[in-house]
Amino acid sequence: MSGGLEGPPPEERPTPEGRRNKQGIRIDPEVEATHEPRRTVISALVEHEPGVLAEVSGLFSRRQFNIESLTVGPTTDDDRARITLVVEEPDPGIDQVKKQLRKLIPVISVRELEPDAMRRELALVKVDADRPDQVAAVADMYDAKTVDSSPETATFEVTGARQKIDAAIETFGQFGIREISRTGTTALARGTDETAGREPAAAVSSAETANQTTYTQTHTDD
Amino acid sequence: MSERAASVTPAEEQHDDHEETTADSREPGDEGGPDDEAEPTPVATGAEAVVRALENAGVEYAFGVQGGAIMPVYDALYDSDVYHVTMAHEQGASHAADAYGIVSGEPGVCLATSGPGATNLVTGIADADMDSDPMIALTGQVPTEFVGNDAFQETDTIGVTTPVTKDNTFSTDADRVGTDVSEAFALAREGRPGPTLVDLPKDVTNGETDREPDEPRVPDTYEVQERADSEIVAAAAERIENAARPIMLLGGGVIKGEASDVCREFAIEHEIPVVTTMPGLGSFPEDHELAMEMAGMHGTGYANMAITHCDTMIAVGTRFDDRLTGGIETFAPDAEVIHVDIDPAEISKNIHADYPLVGDAGTVVEQLAEAVETSPQATKWRAQCQQWKSDYSMAYDAPEDEPVRPEFVVEALDEATSDRAIVTTGVGQHQMWACQYWTFTEPRTWVSSHGLGAMGYGLPAAIGARLAADDDQEVVCVDGDGSFLMTMQGLSVAVRENLDITVVVLNNEYIGMVRQWQDAFFEGRHSASDYGWMPEFDKLAEAFGAQGYRIDDYDDVADTIADALAYDGPSVIDAHIDPQANVYPMVPSGGDNGQFALTEDQL
Ligand SMILES: Cc1ncc(C[n+]2csc(CCOP(=O)(O)OP(=O)(O)O)c2C)c(N)n1
Ligand SMILES: [Mg+2]
Repeated sequence: MSGGLEGPPPEERPTPEGRRNKQGIRIDPEVEATHEPRRTVISALVEHEPGVLAEVSGLFSRRQFNIESLTVGPTTDDDRARITLVVEEPDPGIDQVKKQLRKLIPVISVRELEPDAMRRELALVKVDADRPDQVAAVADMYDAKTVDSSPETATFEVTGARQKIDAAIETFGQFGIREISRTGTTALARGTDETAGREPAAAVSSAETANQTTYTQTHTDD
Repeated sequence: MSERAASVTPAEEQHDDHEETTADSREPGDEGGPDDEAEPTPVATGAEAVVRALENAGVEYAFGVQGGAIMPVYDALYDSDVYHVTMAHEQGASHAADAYGIVSGEPGVCLATSGPGATNLVTGIADADMDSDPMIALTGQVPTEFVGNDAFQETDTIGVTTPVTKDNTFSTDADRVGTDVSEAFALAREGRPGPTLVDLPKDVTNGETDREPDEPRVPDTYEVQERADSEIVAAAAERIENAARPIMLLGGGVIKGEASDVCREFAIEHEIPVVTTMPGLGSFPEDHELAMEMAGMHGTGYANMAITHCDTMIAVGTRFDDRLTGGIETFAPDAEVIHVDIDPAEISKNIHADYPLVGDAGTVVEQLAEAVETSPQATKWRAQCQQWKSDYSMAYDAPEDEPVRPEFVVEALDEATSDRAIVTTGVGQHQMWACQYWTFTEPRTWVSSHGLGAMGYGLPAAIGARLAADDDQEVVCVDGDGSFLMTMQGLSVAVRENLDITVVVLNNEYIGMVRQWQDAFFEGRHSASDYGWMPEFDKLAEAFGAQGYRIDDYDDVADTIADALAYDGPSVIDAHIDPQANVYPMVPSGGDNGQFALTEDQL
C-alpha cells in the first residue's frame, strides 16, 4: 500500500495522565463517583396536537433512553396536554432526556419532579373467583374497588403508587391472575409547587445547565 | 456543448433580472408600499400562499422535481420570481438546497412530490439534520381524505422525516398553510439551524384562501438563549487566563453563527493555538501560525497532539462527534472544557463541560473576550505546538514515475483557485484528502457531508453552492469515482443551467475508503470494494454536454486544471490517481487521538 507519513511513532509520544469515564467526565478524585441509574418522574406540558406523542416516544427509542412508562392526558387548557414519563437513567442521561424533550417544538415545558411528588397509577386486575371471600379480603387490604364480577372472575381497580400496585398484584397472584392492565404513573408536584408550568423552555434549561457545572458542584435543580 | 456555453441560459437570464427586482423590492421600509411596482397580487389558493411565504422570506432559488401531489405548488411557482432549478433526482434537490444553505446562510429550499419524491429527499434532509444546515423541504401529499388509505404515492412523510428534521408539519388548512411555511422557514434558520419540512396535501394547496402568510416567525414555544450566564463566563475567563496549555476548538457552529471573525481575533490576541473540527474548516485561516488544522480520525498529527495534551479547551459550536473525539476515555483527558453552544442539549452530551456556556457563538466569545484580562502564559506550549507541526508534517513523496498522488491534485487545484473558492466533496478518501490538503482560509467555503457521510453529496452540492456563491468564487467538487456515480445525473442540470463548476474525480477505481479499512482490519479481503472498471468520466461528461478532461500523469495536472477552470460551464476531470493511496494520519474508530497511526503497521 502506498501512503503513510513520517514522524515519531505512537510508542514514542508523550501520553497524558488523565482519563475520562464513559460519560465524558474527567476522572479525578472530586468527580470520581460514577453515576448509577436512578428512577425519576419527568413531566412535560405539550401542545395538544396530533403527532406529539409519537414524537416523544420516537425520541426515547431513537436515543435509547430507558423509559418505564409514559402517560398522556388533557389539562384544563384544551390546547395543552401533560405527558408524564418515568425514566431510569444515570444523572447525565436524565439531563439529556430533559434537554432533548425541550428541543421538541411542541413541548412547552419540562420538569423533573421532586422525590416527594404525588405519583399514582391505576391497575385493573382480573382474577379467578374461586375463593370470593379471600379475594375480597385482599381487595380490602389494598383499597381495591370491584369493577366487575362473574361466576368465574372478579376484576378490581387498584390505585396508588407503583409499589402499592406491585404489592397488590403480587398478593392477588395467589388466586390466579387472568389479565392485568396498568396505566403507568401520572404525577403532580405537591402544594403550590408547579409541576411543569408555562415558563419558556429555554429559560429553564439555562438555569439547569448552570447548576450542572463542576466548579459549583451543585445539583440544586433535582 | 459549445453552443450551450455561448447562449445565454435561462438561469443566467432569470438570475440577472431577478437580482434587479429583488434589489428594489427589498428596500427596507418599502415593503408593500402602494407605489411598489412589484406589488404582489393577493393569494387565492393554498399553493399561492406557500409560494408567497417563500417570496416573503426572500427566497431566490428552489430545487426540486415535479409530481402529482405537488403540482399545485409548481403551478403557483410558474408566476413567481423564485427561480426553480429542476433537478434530475430529489436527492440532488435536497443536497443542492443544503449546500445553498451552507454557502448563503439562508435556508435552501427543496420540493418534491409525495411518496417516492419525498423519500428520495430523505438522504439530503438527514444530512442537513446531522450538520445543522438551514433547509426547508416542501413535499406534496395525497389529498387529506385519502391519507391513511395507502393511496397512490402515499407515504407517511411526517413519520419518515420526524427523526431527521428539526421540525415538521402536516398542513391541514389552506388558510394556515402559508404561515406553516413561514414558520418552517424561520425555524430552519433560527437558533441551531436545521431542516424543516411542511407536508402539503393536495386539497390544502388547491384549497381557496385569501389569507396572506404571516411573517416568518418561530413559534412561542421556541426560545433561543443568546448570551451565556455571566458568572460562568467570568469563571471560564479566569481559567483561560491561568491556562498553561490552551487551545480553541472551533466547530461548524462558529461558521453558522458568523463567529469566525470574533474567534480569530480572540485566538490571535491571546495567542491560543486553534484546532478545527471537520465542519469547522474555514473558521480559522489554515495558513496562520496558530492554525493546527483539523483534528479527529483523519486530522493532522499536530492537531491531535494539541487536543490530547491541552489543559484548557475552548470548544465553540461543536457537538464532539465520535469521529472527532475517538475514544471518550482518552479525549483531551487533562483538559478543563469550556463549551460554547447554542443548543443546551449538546452541553455535556458526549464530553462533560466544566464551563457550560449556552448561547450564540459570536455573542459568547465576545463575552469571553471582554472578561479575559490577561493572556495565558503559554510560550512553551506554543513552541511545543510548532514542534509538533514540524514533527508530524503532512508532506508526502510524489515520485515522477509513479501514479499521481491524490494529495498533489488537491494542492494543485487549491493553487489554481482563489482563497474564496468553494470546495464540495463526496464521501471517502478523496473527501479526507480535500480536508487535509486544501488550505482553508474563509468560512462557508467548505461544503461537505460530515455527520451523515453521504456519498453522492458532491455534485448536487456544487450546483446549490454555485447558485449561492458570488460570481467571482470558483466552485469545485472534489469527488470520488464511487460517490460521483451515485448522483452524476446532476450533470444534466449543471449543463442545462450552464453552471460554472469544476468536478475533479479522484478516480482510484475503488470504494477506496472501504478498501483501505479492509487492508487494515479485514486482512486485505476486498469484498465489494474493487470496481475494477469505471466508465470514462471525461467521455461521460461530454455525453451530458459538459466539458471532459482526463489526467494520467503528473505532467497533465496543472494544465488540465487550468483548462477546466477556464471553461465557462460544467467540466469534469477524470483524474486517475494511485489506486493504492491511503489516508493518514488515522485514528481507528474509538481509538486514542494521541496514538494516531502514520502508517498501516501502526494501526
Ligand atoms: C450513500 C453511502 N453509501 C455507502 C457509504 C460507505 N462508504 C464510505 S466511503 C465509501 C467509498 C467511497 O468511494 P469513492 O467515492 O470512490 O471514494 P474514495 O474513498 O475511493 O475516495 C463507501 C462505500 C457511504 N458513506 N455513503
Ligand atoms: Mg474511489
